[in-house]
Amino acid sequence: MNRFDYVRASTVAEAVAAASAPGAAYLAAGTNLLDLMKGGVTRPTRLVDVTHLPDLDRIERLPEGGFRVGALVRNSDLAYDSGFARAHPSVAEALLSGASAQLRNAATVAGNLMQRTRCPYFYDPASACNKRQPGAGCEAQGGETRLHAVLGWSEHCIATHPSDFCVPLVALDAVVEIAGRDGPRTVPLEAFHRLPDDAPERETVLEPGELIVAVRLPDEAAAFSGHSRYLKIRDRTSYAFAVVSAAASLRLDQGRIAEGRLALGGVALKPWRAREAERVLAGAEPNETTFRQAADAALASAKPSGDNAFKIELARRLIVRTLVRAAAGTPERMPALPASAFEETLHA
Amino acid sequence: MEAPSSLSLSLSINGTRHDIALDDPRVTLLDLLRERLGLTGSKKGCDRGQCGACTVLVNGRRVNSCLSLAVSLDGAEITTIEGLAQGDALHPVQAAFIAHDGFQCGFCTPGQIMSAVGLIREGHAGDDPERVREAMSGNLCRCGAYIGITQAVLDAQAKMASEQQGEAA
Repeated sequence: MNRFDYVRASTVAEAVAAASAPGAAYLAAGTNLLDLMKGGVTRPTRLVDVTHLPDLDRIERLPEGGFRVGALVRNSDLAYDSGFARAHPSVAEALLSGASAQLRNAATVAGNLMQRTRCPYFYDPASACNKRQPGAGCEAQGGETRLHAVLGWSEHCIATHPSDFCVPLVALDAVVEIAGRDGPRTVPLEAFHRLPDDAPERETVLEPGELIVAVRLPDEAAAFSGHSRYLKIRDRTSYAFAVVSAAASLRLDQGRIAEGRLALGGVALKPWRAREAERVLAGAEPNETTFRQAADAALASAKPSGDNAFKIELARRLIVRTLVRAAAGTPERMPALPASAFEETLHA
Repeated sequence: MEAPSSLSLSLSINGTRHDIALDDPRVTLLDLLRERLGLTGSKKGCDRGQCGACTVLVNGRRVNSCLSLAVSLDGAEITTIEGLAQGDALHPVQAAFIAHDGFQCGFCTPGQIMSAVGLIREGHAGDDPERVREAMSGNLCRCGAYIGITQAVLDAQAKMASEQQGEAA
């Protein structure tokens, strides 16, 4: 790990000022950042510790409806907040399907949004990577690409965004609250992460020094609480990143889908909102024919970035299964294996 | 704003206050415990948050000490495996790991036990072995003692619940 200056901020304004310097990075729990620094993948010259900032660890109901989740709320505290989990069960399920209990106890809401790709070529400083070193090339292409992107990738980068949490959040129109040198602003989560295009080193819309202070969910998002699921295919039963994942939320009215939301994880460099699929769902009957059409629409522009064509078919089938489960209704209790695509009875 | 040249922090570790001056902000909680305070019960397995051997409680919650910067935890209460037993009396989770053969080589065991203590405090798993396995998935055991570990967690949890009821009665 490289040497760095440690700065502990006591106000948001102090944090923003300290982090505006070139080479600075924010430190919250550090569950991803320290891992990257130990591997020499990132080498910030200054860490601005935001964990002692006041008031950013609250889960609040907004007067106009909806939730405001402070940037420093720990993943497990949000998942087990009964009011939040009742309103947004697919978000709770996604949180509990990510990482391990220890990591969820530490990792923060904003840190989850800011985590870096787990592309092994990004993680290996000996490999060429346009994210680590713009213009260096992408050694993932032509390499081991089983887990790489099938949507929205470019010749410069085929990595994926690893978050589970962000997938239902983007489906439910979450908004990111940001503080910066020029004051506060809000950005829809859907527009927060950038596709690689020709600048994969620019991963989000944050400007230097800008700090996430909260994530908001609008009141309308809770209307899906009775029919919301997150399912995740992974290489082992627990404690693994998604090969593909899907978040589906339905609002049913008189036997039809009044409104449907769908987003995918593990397929692109951002949590992928499948708006084409949502257009198929709107007004249709909630049956497998509809769900297959929605899945086809979601993946119409998908193409393999290497040896990963299987992910497109896997995503198609997972979308159908997630929509079927969402239509059947949110389970009364969080499943023993959150986000498992398999039947619960398998382990009984 | 603090930009100290030498970094001072205060931690309560197993009930004892430690005022610590660090010459380097890179020290993780795990390295502080093992290399500077002589508490070598917490183990360094992967040092990357993947194996759970370094699990300790920070303010009562289980975390990976290898991925925590010590200086950031100023003011926290830390509990390590060394802080569980009361004199010669083992903690119920320690006793249950012995009773159920919840280990073989023992390297992962301090992390497993601290994780189990955290899991029982969290109280989400109930008596469902599937939920216990899921909640323990951040602790790897290369000897494969998982069956005994799961039984030990369930047994210790039940004993601690009945002891608590006994105390309340």
